[in-house]
Amino acid sequence: MLAIDLARAQFAFTVSFHFLFPAFSIGLASFLMVLEGFWLRTGRGVYANLYRYWLKIFAVVFAMGVVSGLVMSYQFGTNWAVFSDKAGPVIGPLMAYEVLTAFFLEAGFLGVMLFGINKVGKELHFTATCAVALGTFISAFWIIAVNSWMQTPVGYAINSVGQFVPKGSWLPIIFNPSMPYRLVHTVLAAYLTTAFAVGGVGAWHLLRDNTNPGARKMFSMAMWMAALVAPIQILAGDAHGLNTLEHQPAKVMAMEGHYDSHPHGAPLILFGIPNTKTRHMDYAIEVPKASSLILKHDLNAPLKGLDTIPLDKQPPVSILFWSFRVMVGLGMAMAGLGLWSLIARARHKLYDWRWMHRAALLLGPSGFVAVLAGWVTTEVGRQPYTIYGLLRTAQSASPLDAPAVAASLVAFAVVYFTVFGAGIYYLLRLMAKPPHAHETTLDGTPVRSAGITPAPAMIEGGVA
Amino acid sequence: MSLDLTIIWAGIIGTAIVLYVIMDGFDLGIGILFPQFDVGDERDRTMNSIAPVWDGNETWLVLGGGGLLAAFPLAYAIILPALYAPLIAMLLGLVLRGVAFEFRWRDAAHRALWDAAFTLGSTVAAVAQGVTLGALLQGITVTGRAYGGGWWEWLTPFSLLTGVGLAIGYALLGSCWLIWKTEGALQAKAFGLARPLGVALIVAIAAVSAATPFLQQHYYIRWLSFPGVLATAQVPLASAIVTFLFFRSLAKRHEVAPFAYALALFGLCLIGLGISIWPDVIPGRVSIWQAAAPYQSQLFMLVGVSIMLPIILAYTGWAYWVFRGKVGAHGYH
Repeated sequence: MLAIDLARAQFAFTVSFHFLFPAFSIGLASFLMVLEGFWLRTGRGVYANLYRYWLKIFAVVFAMGVVSGLVMSYQFGTNWAVFSDKAGPVIGPLMAYEVLTAFFLEAGFLGVMLFGINKVGKELHFTATCAVALGTFISAFWIIAVNSWMQTPVGYAINSVGQFVPKGSWLPIIFNPSMPYRLVHTVLAAYLTTAFAVGGVGAWHLLRDNTNPGARKMFSMAMWMAALVAPIQILAGDAHGLNTLEHQPAKVMAMEGHYDSHPHGAPLILFGIPNTKTRHMDYAIEVPKASSLILKHDLNAPLKGLDTIPLDKQPPVSILFWSFRVMVGLGMAMAGLGLWSLIARARHKLYDWRWMHRAALLLGPSGFVAVLAGWVTTEVGRQPYTIYGLLRTAQSASPLDAPAVAASLVAFAVVYFTVFGAGIYYLLRLMAKPPHAHETTLDGTPVRSAGITPAPAMIEGGVA
Repeated sequence: MSLDLTIIWAGIIGTAIVLYVIMDGFDLGIGILFPQFDVGDERDRTMNSIAPVWDGNETWLVLGGGGLLAAFPLAYAIILPALYAPLIAMLLGLVLRGVAFEFRWRDAAHRALWDAAFTLGSTVAAVAQGVTLGALLQGITVTGRAYGGGWWEWLTPFSLLTGVGLAIGYALLGSCWLIWKTEGALQAKAFGLARPLGVALIVAIAAVSAATPFLQQHYYIRWLSFPGVLATAQVPLASAIVTFLFFRSLAKRHEVAPFAYALALFGLCLIGLGISIWPDVIPGRVSIWQAAAPYQSQLFMLVGVSIMLPIILAYTGWAYWVFRGKVGAHGYH
């Protein structure tokens, strides 16, 4: 294998692992905010118990997100030095803003949040929960701005040494053409990921005891999210797709599997085997003209295919075609479960239909898979460029020897599988315990990953 | 431009590095010394003494890396591939020790394993940071706008010396922190560790200082040519005085002073480092002006830093103030 392929594998590996944790913590922070808000308004203990139940899980997820994120801030330089040199003046400040704004909010208020509502007062505690939720969102905002600029670069000039530099205002760089669509689609994905994880845990406990009030409440809340947000996400994804068609048509062609142009309406290929040698979709099952209907809202609209794009400017069809279908398929399944839950709710059977609970359990991890598949679609679809149309991936890498990259890739794999494997095991163990009426805070152990918040000591020391 | 933002940014990155070394140094050091403490109460107390602050301490490393990319992208693009192996080792070390904080409380059956991961991760991270520093100081091969050397260029006797030296230094900071933050048998143990670690650190500093002028010719000129030597000689002179005060405070069983003097010694080493490389960011090859990002990038970020850095500093200071007391088995009291 070439050094560049190994470097790509390493980035894909480390970022995929990392992305799972923020995808969960963005949604979980908002879920906790909603739980606490409901508790403060209704005063019902079930919300407080659920809050404590999920807070323990949040603490572990957050810790793993922090350490895997630290690695990412160095991956750009170690493996993608030329990209860092050329794009640094544009993307560097955006990432620095992420550290300065989001990290401060999260690290600052997480300690208060973990410490417990009984000791700091309701207002301060709810403020802290909201601040952490806002921090995770701001973090997503800056990272999506960077990623979207790489997909749809605007507002730049190129200086005498070949660096991308800001041409004037930073606003077009931050709010670049694909950024609003990607931000909405990604944040909704994080919410859905959390909703289905929560729903899966709720379903698991309902299957064992469908009278458990905590399990009933979390399942019900998750199913409201599934019923309401999954359809919105499908619309948001459609809008994002149209935006991609406008700015990165080759990506959409590969997602659709359109090797050939269709001047009189393009078919929607549901399934098929992309044949990279003959450049043809084998065994295709198609709906005639449906792709033109979706992408152009006109049955007979012409759609260009990959035959109009030079070979050396095409993304790999075989990956995109499948990752896109995994994402869309799971999205449809999520919306389907949402619909199922609405029917069950209407018939007052939400806590009784065991097959629906089994389906929810099965779909528990679906958000994580869908998020990764979506991420693969957008990132692999950017190929063969790092900065779309301007800087090729092959010209972005560090001047490294293949053995060095291979050795570090192995080291990352060993450490990540051990460390995060253990972490995920601890998470599953926390989730396997049913929520009960007297959930403790963090089982009496000193608060780890408490950020830089001194609240615990202040309270115990009698300062506040 | 009348106001040179490049110098301001060099100052900000330098400050982030100094703050990082000062703040994360002692908690990495505690990780290195961890096997010296008895399982149970001693280890729990040791861990609790850094639990509230380590996460915030590591922020400075993220800010240093992120800031370097934003303000000096060329330096980031050359240094990171050149120091590939030690940097990746450092990151993996930090991952291991970071999760160990959380996991050792979640899984009592495997606590010994996570304690070992805590020590291993801390030690690897400390040595790797020292190697990084030494490798940068001894010089990096640059071709055009990229790193031009092989993947073992960083590995020399000098970089190994700085690697071991920094780990010793962090261990010393860790032991002095425990002298300050604990009492009784644990504190006595920390006193016992601080003296030999202090001696070892002085030997390491002397060896690094003696070798540095011979690494690159301009170091020799800057440190030893007349009349500059009159100014530069103040650094070893001050170091000798601080060393004397440090050992005297240990002998008199002062509780806070050893940590302060150990930090002062670190500060002097960093000043010496600054004297050696200024105004380069890659010694002898790339100056801060050559590596600097354009004015608009520097200015945009400076706005954020001017607002957030004072808040973060004030907040951090407040956190340390709140945790100023001695630590018990169940956290600060």
